[in-house]
Amino acid sequence: MRKVWDIHGGIHPQQNKSQSNQHAIVSAGIPDQLIFPLSQHIGAPAAPIVEVGQRVLKGQTLAAAKGFVSVPVHASTSGEVIAIEQRVIPHPSGMTAPCIIVKPDGRDEWITLSGIGDFTTVEKSVLLKRIGDSGIAGMGGAGFPSAVKLSTRDDHNIETLIINGTECEPYITADDLLMRERADEIIEGSKILRHLINPAKEVLIGVEDNKPEAIAALQQAAEGSGIDIVPFPTKYPSGGEKQLIEILTGKEVPCGGLPADVGIVCQNIGTTVAIYRAVKFGEPLISRITTVTGYACKEQRNFEVLLGSPVSFLLDQCGFSQEDCTRLIMGGPMMGFTLENSDVPVVKTTNCLLAPTREEFPPPPPAQACIRCGMCAEACPVSLLPQQLYWFARGKEYEKLEAHNLMDCIECGACSFSCPSNIPLVQYYRASKADIRQQKQDNIKSDQSKLRFEARQQRLEREAIEKEAKRKARREKAHAASNDGSGKVDAVQAAIERARAKKEGQLSDPAQAAIEKAMARRSGTEATAPRDKASLEQAVASAEKRLASASEKLASAEQEGADTAAAFRVAVDKMTAKLEQAKTALTGFVEAPVTNTDSDPAQAAIARAMANRQTQENLSEGDKLEQTIASLEKRLLKARDKLTTAEAAGDDNASIMADAVTKLEGKLADANNQRANKA
Amino acid sequence: MIELINQHPFWSAIIALLILGFPFGALLGFAAIKFKTEGDPIADQIEELLPQTQCGQCSYPGCRPYAEAIANGEAINKCPPGGETTINALADLLDVEALPLDAEHGEESVKTVAFIREAECIGCTKCIQACPVDAILGAAKQMHTVIGSECTGCDLCVEPCPVDCIDMLPIETTAQSWSWNLPKPVEDIIATDAGTGVAA
Repeated sequence: MRKVWDIHGGIHPQQNKSQSNQHAIVSAGIPDQLIFPLSQHIGAPAAPIVEVGQRVLKGQTLAAAKGFVSVPVHASTSGEVIAIEQRVIPHPSGMTAPCIIVKPDGRDEWITLSGIGDFTTVEKSVLLKRIGDSGIAGMGGAGFPSAVKLSTRDDHNIETLIINGTECEPYITADDLLMRERADEIIEGSKILRHLINPAKEVLIGVEDNKPEAIAALQQAAEGSGIDIVPFPTKYPSGGEKQLIEILTGKEVPCGGLPADVGIVCQNIGTTVAIYRAVKFGEPLISRITTVTGYACKEQRNFEVLLGSPVSFLLDQCGFSQEDCTRLIMGGPMMGFTLENSDVPVVKTTNCLLAPTREEFPPPPPAQACIRCGMCAEACPVSLLPQQLYWFARGKEYEKLEAHNLMDCIECGACSFSCPSNIPLVQYYRASKADIRQQKQDNIKSDQSKLRFEARQQRLEREAIEKEAKRKARREKAHAASNDGSGKVDAVQAAIERARAKKEGQLSDPAQAAIEKAMARRSGTEATAPRDKASLEQAVASAEKRLASASEKLASAEQEGADTAAAFRVAVDKMTAKLEQAKTALTGFVEAPVTNTDSDPAQAAIARAMANRQTQENLSEGDKLEQTIASLEKRLLKARDKLTTAEAAGDDNASIMADAVTKLEGKLADANNQRANKA
Repeated sequence: MIELINQHPFWSAIIALLILGFPFGALLGFAAIKFKTEGDPIADQIEELLPQTQCGQCSYPGCRPYAEAIANGEAINKCPPGGETTINALADLLDVEALPLDAEHGEESVKTVAFIREAECIGCTKCIQACPVDAILGAAKQMHTVIGSECTGCDLCVEPCPVDCIDMLPIETTAQSWSWNLPKPVEDIIATDAGTGVAA
């Protein structure tokens, strides 16, 4: 017989396994509704890839893995996706999380499965992908994605592969029954794992000696396979990964390390079977063995349950009585958690449903003060100092907790179990561990914020310096220019001169130009005539062009039935008219090229002005006065209008307007007076 | 010489001390320059403990200035985001008494994260300028948004927003972030609490 080691501490609680391990595993059947939480494992939740109303087949992927440490979720029977919504999940918080709800159609129709006949001929990466795609996560309790655990790094030289069939927690018999009934599958699964891991030394299956039938079944199945079945004395918590490694190999996994650091990979019995089915038949992980036990159930036994089945569906098959049950526990009595609600589904890590009566699980007596007996330290399988940790946890002294290796606590509850004062020690550690983790996260965040704040501060400073430098450069430039004297003065002078020239040009030029133009016109119509003819021809040509484009536009607008078509039509009409006009002008010009010495506009204007002057002179003074008064009245009216609008608008010019109005009024009064005097 | 010293013990003592004083003074002066510490190491340590929200609720413009002020004798209880934990840590570091949080500077509240109601944002960039950690993304006349993972929940962007479209949302506990609470201290539970559930 193989040598086994012992671990420090440990306890021997009542086994309570015989209630449920007397019956063979039965299938629980298909419930009315299946609930698939997107996160049934450690790592990132899966992302749904089905839609509400979609029909899914048994084994179809409902949600795909998102990220490296993540596994997909599969439908456990055929049916219709009826909702993707928040549902209460099996979690100690009793909180809701996104779930895919499937209504089974009862036909239990599989997707097409493709198994791998001979796994030894297949690449390891293919096998690992198959395991990952089958949604397999550690079924012992923690739910760590198996494919991640199995993809060992090359620098880790793995000596031993351990299959964990310990099942040390009281009441639970799921793995026991699995080993008794499906020893062949376990051995086959172990062979696959052995092929994957390629351990240098050995493959061990560790089983506590309180499961003689399981050990016998495994030994029979393992004959000639080179796989060692190692029974060892029963003690809680031997089933912890690190504890089992120590028991079977005598090696201790270093603080904060992984089993791979000491050359060991460990897998659970249930996971091994799931891997076997995934590789051999291509079946994803859609069911598991779950123990339903506790005296609030008439019939205590193990079920093969479709994942996603509500807990109440299982309890109903066992004659569960709500009145007798003090509280419903998922998991074992040591490490499980209370369920508030029996509608939560069975998930990949649900190994047991415990429904104890009040006699079985009396409410814990009130905690009393710590008497420093040290029994907790004796029970601790990780050789920590629970009572010391307890004081630090109460005082929230996180640094000291870490110094005393709180993070190595496996939360097995052996300390609470052995405490004569009934202090819920493990609850203190759980809370403190979470607080420490939170604090570490906060520290990371605060460091990040500090970096960002400092980066921003630097940026602002840099911007301020740059701005200042620019301003300085500008000032210096100006300064240099004025010091230089000539440059600046010259520039100003030049600007003034430019402005003056422009002003003069504006004032003189148009008049000059007009006069010159007029003179030229008057002096020689001969000279202007050809130019005018040319311009007229140009006008005709451009008018033709515009007409053409306008008609084109009209045509396209009409085709499209646009609202603008009417407008285009009007434009085209106008264009035609203009063209006609231009054409007549041109023909008229051509017919009578020299007609207009008399009709010269300047001449005409002069004549008009002369005529006006004549009439003015002819007018009597009285008439003149009348005219002025009339015009003044008109201006006054206009000025008043302006004033009111300016006042209404609150314009600054209102006062000026008011002045103008009074002036005009004065003038009008004067004129009126004159008229009165005349009369 | 000895005679002279014997005759003027007072003066000789003073002169001897002076003579000793010069080299020692020179030594200290040299050491002060040679081993000069850059910055204020205490302020650095204090800053490590502050939560770096840069919220300014302590009335200092950021965590660094407050750390420097504490190093110069300012009270340690003016940081609401840090709350009791920070005060205790500061008290430990500086070996002073941990005071309760000064309510004048605000109360310890749940952690929040800023959220911009994007439909209402007019793109004025005022919140961007107010954010001490550059956690708001946007440009003039473009919708802005908060980078949730970088937001410290300092509240400084709420005030400048002309259309009041920024909410401070409490960070919700999810199944992932949930954790157990510490059990009630043993001494608070008396024997008659048995069966009421508090003892568990």
